[in-house]
Amino acid sequence: MSLELIEITKRVGSETHIHPTSLNLAQGSFNVLLGTTLSGKTTLMQIMAGIQKPSSGRIMFSGKDVTNVAVQRRNVSMVYQQFINYPNFSVYDNIASPLKVAGMSKAEIDRRVMSAADLLRLRPMLKRRPSELSGGQQQRTAIARAIVKDSDLILLDEPLANLDYKLREELRDELPRLFAGRNAIVVYATTEPVEALLFGGNTATLHEGRVTQFGPTSAVYREPKDLVSAQVFSDPPINMTPVEKRGERLQVFGGKVWPAGSAARSLADGSYILGIRPHHVTPLPSESSSGELEGRVLVTELSGSESVIHLDVEGSTWVSQSHGIHPFEVGTHAKLHVDVDRGLFFAPTGERLS
Amino acid sequence: MAEIRIENLRHSYSANPQSDEDFALKRLSITWQDGGAYALLGPSGCGKTTLLNLISGLLTPTEGKILFDGKDVSNASPEERNIAQVFQFPVIYDTMTVYDNLAFPLRNRGVPEGEIKIRVAEIADMLELTKTLHKRASGLTADGKQKISLGRGLVRPDVNVIMFDEPLTVIDPHLKWQLRSKLKELHLRTKRTMIYVTHDQTEALTFADQVVVMNLGEVVQAGTPIELFERPQHTFVGHFIGSPGMNVLPCEVRGGKAVFAGMPVDVANIQSAGNRGRMEIGVRPEFVSIARAGISADVVRVADAGRYRIVETRSHGHTIKLLLKEGEEVPQSTTFLAFDPSHTQIYEDGWIAGAHR
Repeated sequence: MSLELIEITKRVGSETHIHPTSLNLAQGSFNVLLGTTLSGKTTLMQIMAGIQKPSSGRIMFSGKDVTNVAVQRRNVSMVYQQFINYPNFSVYDNIASPLKVAGMSKAEIDRRVMSAADLLRLRPMLKRRPSELSGGQQQRTAIARAIVKDSDLILLDEPLANLDYKLREELRDELPRLFAGRNAIVVYATTEPVEALLFGGNTATLHEGRVTQFGPTSAVYREPKDLVSAQVFSDPPINMTPVEKRGERLQVFGGKVWPAGSAARSLADGSYILGIRPHHVTPLPSESSSGELEGRVLVTELSGSESVIHLDVEGSTWVSQSHGIHPFEVGTHAKLHVDVDRGLFFAPTGERLS
Repeated sequence: MAEIRIENLRHSYSANPQSDEDFALKRLSITWQDGGAYALLGPSGCGKTTLLNLISGLLTPTEGKILFDGKDVSNASPEERNIAQVFQFPVIYDTMTVYDNLAFPLRNRGVPEGEIKIRVAEIADMLELTKTLHKRASGLTADGKQKISLGRGLVRPDVNVIMFDEPLTVIDPHLKWQLRSKLKELHLRTKRTMIYVTHDQTEALTFADQVVVMNLGEVVQAGTPIELFERPQHTFVGHFIGSPGMNVLPCEVRGGKAVFAGMPVDVANIQSAGNRGRMEIGVRPEFVSIARAGISADVVRVADAGRYRIVETRSHGHTIKLLLKEGEEVPQSTTFLAFDPSHTQIYEDGWIAGAHR
């Protein structure tokens, strides 16, 4: 079983919502679509499901062309950001509904509903109506309904966005386990880089209707192909600065010089854009090659275990995220250290070079 | 701006409350100083919105008092309390320009146009809205609109308090960072009393000087972000704050030592611990490390969070999580764990041993 998008596009009037996109999703895989609001995640999912038709390109399911097959005739489940359940049905009947439609026997329905309810810890709530449940339980019910019928393709469109922080954390922990033993292809859309990271699996970074990169999640995070993919997959936003490489040195803003570091070793002398993730800017120098960063403290955020420092360096803002409590005072002059060895070097055109 | 004092406040939505359970907000006393940045943090249904509505005057308390600078306002109308509020969804007039939106609260109070011009320019500058001042609000993005809402909250110099009710919930993560630090910057510049209500620990901890954690209608702990992180007064605080939350493990106290699964564990508050009620050890994943000897555990799962990895282990039937920094080696299946004694605490029936309750 596989889902293949071949050169899919979507145009609405004169606007292009999806630029030519090809993706190949394997059986049993967990795939995250990561991008901001309006980057094209929902459109892409609806095309995968057959809710929207692509303007051009083909969709293949296990080698069979399904481009013109309606959603009702594909074996697909969807979970949305809003909790969608039948208000007049009990939780049991909500979960059972797709099986009843399929005409399954009562005994088989019961077996499957109970098994889904156990996985999603809904057993004690089966007799209740959705309105008597918390938001988290309502979304668990919707997820249970999505997994109960053994769909080939399960699409989850920001399913945790309307939940409390702590509930989100709980479900983030459970979802990969839930799908681990299944054959379905799972596609999960989110705006949150940390969600993509914690799920593992594969990630596609989306920007303005284009998939900029697709691959194993940690590879996409650690080895972004270009500037845009690095920006989409960074929370807090990645720091960027133009640099000039000369031999073993980097000329940076304000006449400062940093060691070129291991990441730039193989690069020819010239102009580059250096991307530094916030956790590679720290109050204490790292053991590897480090460059100094001096500026005025704009804001300090202390979360109890981490410090986030926003520094104004010659008119541009740098963000540092470090372990421990570093109570830099706002308005004062501060010095931070950049771990250049862990820097990402891009050509001025945006392509990643190291 | 004002100091806000809450004295023995209780609230029930039923007309004739009988037992403690009838109260959505259990007895509460707290003082918020003039010019401070505060957060109310808790899950849905913890009572934080009830408390917010009591302060703003949308609800009248069943019992107790609310005082602004010593003056009892418990029965005053929302208008009389002179409060600015910013909500989850931007509340703005789409057909008006950004300027007119910001000027609106001042015009309503009859402030002269000359003064309005100065105030609006000042606020627009702080929020980086100067360039869009004469555009229609309808053309702005979600975060741009929410900035106007923040601006409308800040524009009046005479309000007693500005209250934020989940103001960043609908904002994308990368813009959340910007708006959050902007808000913090604005607090430092304007020194207004600000109360920020949220279920999101990161927002609460990074914004506020003092965070009030609520659960089931009660304040569980009020403290600085560092206090809440390092010394949670209740296992609920340990669980709710921190991502992942604190590890909580059953224990007993034997011969002046805490014992987990037959193994002695050094804890910070052993002097205060008896063997009263349900005894538990609490230690955050940040304070658990891999060791050569100690508590044996099996690695079950490793999740990569980018700057660190979350290692989930099972030890004697219990889950213990720990964090490894980027580049640190993940142990093979079986390993030993050590807890940092200065950050490991004993809890009795959920409350930290030796707590002043």
